[in-house]
Amino acid sequence: MVTLLVRRILLGVVVTWVVSMMIFAATELLPGDVCHAILGQGATETSLENCRQRLQLNQPTHTRYLQWLERLLTGELGISLANDLEISQQIGLRAWNTVRLAALTALIAVPLAVILGLIAAIRAESSVDRGISIGTLCFISVPEFFTGVLLVYLLAVKLRWMPAVANYRILARGDFLEVLEALALPIATLTFAVLAHMTRMTRAAVLNVMSSPYIEQAILKGASRRRVIIRHALPNALAPIVNVIALNLAYLVSGVVVVEAIFRIPGLGTLMVESVIFRDIPMVQAIGMLFCVTYVGFNLLADVMAIIANPRLRHPR
Amino acid sequence: MRARSRTPSDPASESKFTPSFVIGLVIVSFWLLVALFGPALAPHLESDIVTDMSYAPAGEVGLLGSDYLGRDVFSRMLYGARMTMGLALLATLLSFSIGVILGFTAAISDRWVDGFMSRINDSLMAFPSVILALIVMSALGTSLVIMIVTVAIIDSTRVFRLSRALAMDISVMDFVDVARSRGESLWWITTREILPNTLAPLTAEFGIRFTFAILFISALSFLGLGVQPPAADWGVMVKENLQGLLFGSAAALMPACAVASLTVGVNLIVDWFLTRMGSDVAQELMN
Repeated sequence: MVTLLVRRILLGVVVTWVVSMMIFAATELLPGDVCHAILGQGATETSLENCRQRLQLNQPTHTRYLQWLERLLTGELGISLANDLEISQQIGLRAWNTVRLAALTALIAVPLAVILGLIAAIRAESSVDRGISIGTLCFISVPEFFTGVLLVYLLAVKLRWMPAVANYRILARGDFLEVLEALALPIATLTFAVLAHMTRMTRAAVLNVMSSPYIEQAILKGASRRRVIIRHALPNALAPIVNVIALNLAYLVSGVVVVEAIFRIPGLGTLMVESVIFRDIPMVQAIGMLFCVTYVGFNLLADVMAIIANPRLRHPR
Repeated sequence: MRARSRTPSDPASESKFTPSFVIGLVIVSFWLLVALFGPALAPHLESDIVTDMSYAPAGEVGLLGSDYLGRDVFSRMLYGARMTMGLALLATLLSFSIGVILGFTAAISDRWVDGFMSRINDSLMAFPSVILALIVMSALGTSLVIMIVTVAIIDSTRVFRLSRALAMDISVMDFVDVARSRGESLWWITTREILPNTLAPLTAEFGIRFTFAILFISALSFLGLGVQPPAADWGVMVKENLQGLLFGSAAALMPACAVASLTVGVNLIVDWFLTRMGSDVAQELMN
């Protein structure tokens, strides 16, 4: 198991390295140079020169890549092209909103998905199971902005239960309950986006184990269906469940970009979209790298958890 | 965008078409007809300002009310159907051409070429797709062509993986060996032996990729990076009229519902396709 883990973690490091090279190469993709593209047709010779100086385009590619990597690791990312502010400072200001949104979503969505999946498995083929199945099938294929817009329309506008747009001041200084109220709809939207997949996988994984002989033994022993599922089936179904949970947490990385845009949350997603529109390439690279490292990290975590949770791999032959 | 789960097949129903398939077919044909004939039947042009009233409620102005500029939402929905579905179809066709050609090439090439192509594919798949698109578009700019090509390339990574795996399975079969020893060219083997035998799973994959492209393109348009106003696109329409939600206008809700119904419809058809194809291939598609 240890060799397997070490190998998987090394692979994760290699993937991160390749991803960093590809993100860096985004600036090299253009036939001309980046400054022409950023400044457009109206660029003067001096502004071009200025821009090249800033991005240090006069140095060879590999030197710039190494410098960029060093700056990423030390956190001194330089100055944004859009507004002359420190990139790391701007990211720092916005990151908390994104992390908080994603973490609260995970805290709600993961237990909910596992419980719903277990209910569906315990009452398999009943009307409850059918209901969960149809509900998740619908939510698995709709875009986040549909769920978000629908929730705002029903809960915030028609029923007036909660605010439609997250208030900047509350996000910055409100206490926990105020923040929770302000983020209720964004959290609900993201939860719907990841819930369906996790619920279906939990049900499928548990039912998959249910056909094994040791489960039959437990049933013949006279244990109730609920006990059989929770005490006997769940531990062995844990590996695929944990795996799909980690994958869906990785999916949150893409999900927050859209959800932040719907609810105007000043987070990393909105910052990245703004930077793409302003063509603030250093900023896009920095945030892109941050998102990708998180994504690769969760994918790594998914595999590591699957290895650890698999009892057969625990005792090497 | 995410892997989808397969509905269990119901052995009790012997009929060819399940109700969910019929529902999906009705939804998708409806939107196809709208995309084809809608703009011709639209009462106004997509950029026509028909009233000075923003967010007029449905029924007062046009069938579905007016949007934030006082344009007819009904007409824009019809134009948007063509724009959204047309762009998604274009991106899917492109991603399929890239993915299938490269995937088959990798499968019949020697180990080094295959390994090289697969590693590049793996590294592209290591990115979250929306983030990768944002990075590419920040470097190359935001235009329709760049968006479609970006979506198609990102999407083609999944097609590549599937078509490579399918072609690998077929290329070790006896009838391919026979064709090889008969002296047939690689091109002949690929188009006459491998392609026909992978057509069914590839068709199902086309549906999955099409919904993915719809979701991806409308998400990018919603973020302001895809289709640019005044062109009507469902994603753009949601973005434009988001503010109107607060005043109780449903102008943003309708294009969102349209995207959702279309993707659910395609998925219902794909599900039926997968259950008929058998679990082995379906399993491969899901991974």
